[in-house]
Amino acid sequence: MAEKLIIKAFGMVAEEIGQSEIWLDSVSNTQELLAILKERYPGLEGMKFSLAVDKELVSENQKIDGAREVALLPPFSGG
Amino acid sequence: MMDRFERQVILREIGTEGQTKLQNASVLLIGLGGLGCPILNYLSAAGVGKIGLVDGDLVSISNLNRQTLYGENHVGELKTDVASRIISKKYSDIKLEVYPFFLNPKNAFEVISQYDLVIDGTDNFPTRYLVNDVCFLLHKPLVFGAIFRHEGQVSVFNLGENACNYRDLFPNPPSSMEVPNCSETGVLGVLPGLIGTLMATESIKVITGYAEALRNRVLFFDSKTYQQYFLDLKPNAVARNLIPKSKKELEQLDYEFLCSGIPIISWEEGLKSSKVQWLDVRESHEMPKLNLNNLIEFPFSEFYDLNQVHFNSDQVFVYCQSGIRSQKAAVKLKDHFPHKEFISIRGGVNAYPKN
Repeated sequence: MAEKLIIKAFGMVAEEIGQSEIWLDSVSNTQELLAILKERYPGLEGMKFSLAVDKELVSENQKIDGAREVALLPPFSGG
Repeated sequence: MMDRFERQVILREIGTEGQTKLQNASVLLIGLGGLGCPILNYLSAAGVGKIGLVDGDLVSISNLNRQTLYGENHVGELKTDVASRIISKKYSDIKLEVYPFFLNPKNAFEVISQYDLVIDGTDNFPTRYLVNDVCFLLHKPLVFGAIFRHEGQVSVFNLGENACNYRDLFPNPPSSMEVPNCSETGVLGVLPGLIGTLMATESIKVITGYAEALRNRVLFFDSKTYQQYFLDLKPNAVARNLIPKSKKELEQLDYEFLCSGIPIISWEEGLKSSKVQWLDVRESHEMPKLNLNNLIEFPFSEFYDLNQVHFNSDQVFVYCQSGIRSQKAAVKLKDHFPHKEFISIRGGVNAYPKN
């Protein structure tokens, strides 16, 4: 049985999603994950955030088979 | 004189050696807002020998819920003046330097180069990227912290070998359209207090070697749930390429513009497009005039009243003499006409293709 994947969201991404953690059925790569999220939460389109798979940043499409956690990390400017 | 530091000197990891390091340290604190207030309080209390204070802002009444150095009696005064007055009255054994202005690509090198450690407590992306890039080029350790509503981020950049920096986390500045400005979002006063205190802690770690600083790690902190998320950073070659290669190259960059989300294209690319509106923002005496289809002229000196401009296309290509004013113009136009697309032409009329 496929493992569930936890998505941790921060800042304005969490606000857009409406919560800071959601569980998804396993997804094969980050591109597919982003497509699913943007379909579910259209406000994410045009938002800037970095993506980390199991606490490591990814810059291109990356397999997430077997990963446990993906974090959606937007920059904060406030001070 | 060591009396005021007695309780930290008896900490085994600090000792007189650590206290001497604090006394010999010179720290530049950029931004005297919500983060800067607790940072300054704790670093001056800890006995950091020299602290530079950078901020061009005045105290305003809406600052007072979180910027705890200031009170109602300070509204309208320069933050650097109030802060240095309060701190120098409290402690006679530290040296304060004030820089009552905002950093920009022209002045940032000179100010930052005089300090051993830099702390970024600013409130906007243009300054954050500027400070990051200057510190990277000067190999200055940089304590970073930022807040959004009830969350914060903290890290230490450029510390030691193979150190990471802000570009490794977020390679490109976001545009104002992608992230709301802090002044538009609410914040509980205690949040910058918490994050600023973490930044002061990191600064003391860097100076004294006490415990392990957040080097190549970023802490994401949520004040609602107290949840913490640690991200490990690695140097990112692609992101490094986005940093200017030299002081000279950096001084040419317009960081405000980088964060504006306005694209820049060449004449060659622009002239290929049809159905666009051209906008010349030069003053009427500037030559030569160009003969372009669907061209309007509206000098930059008249931008105070943008209601006088009317566009007949949703895509507007803006040019000036050298490509600088058109960037500023495009930013102002985008503010005024958010539903139209403004694109700045690189190099202006000086770069217009011959023949």
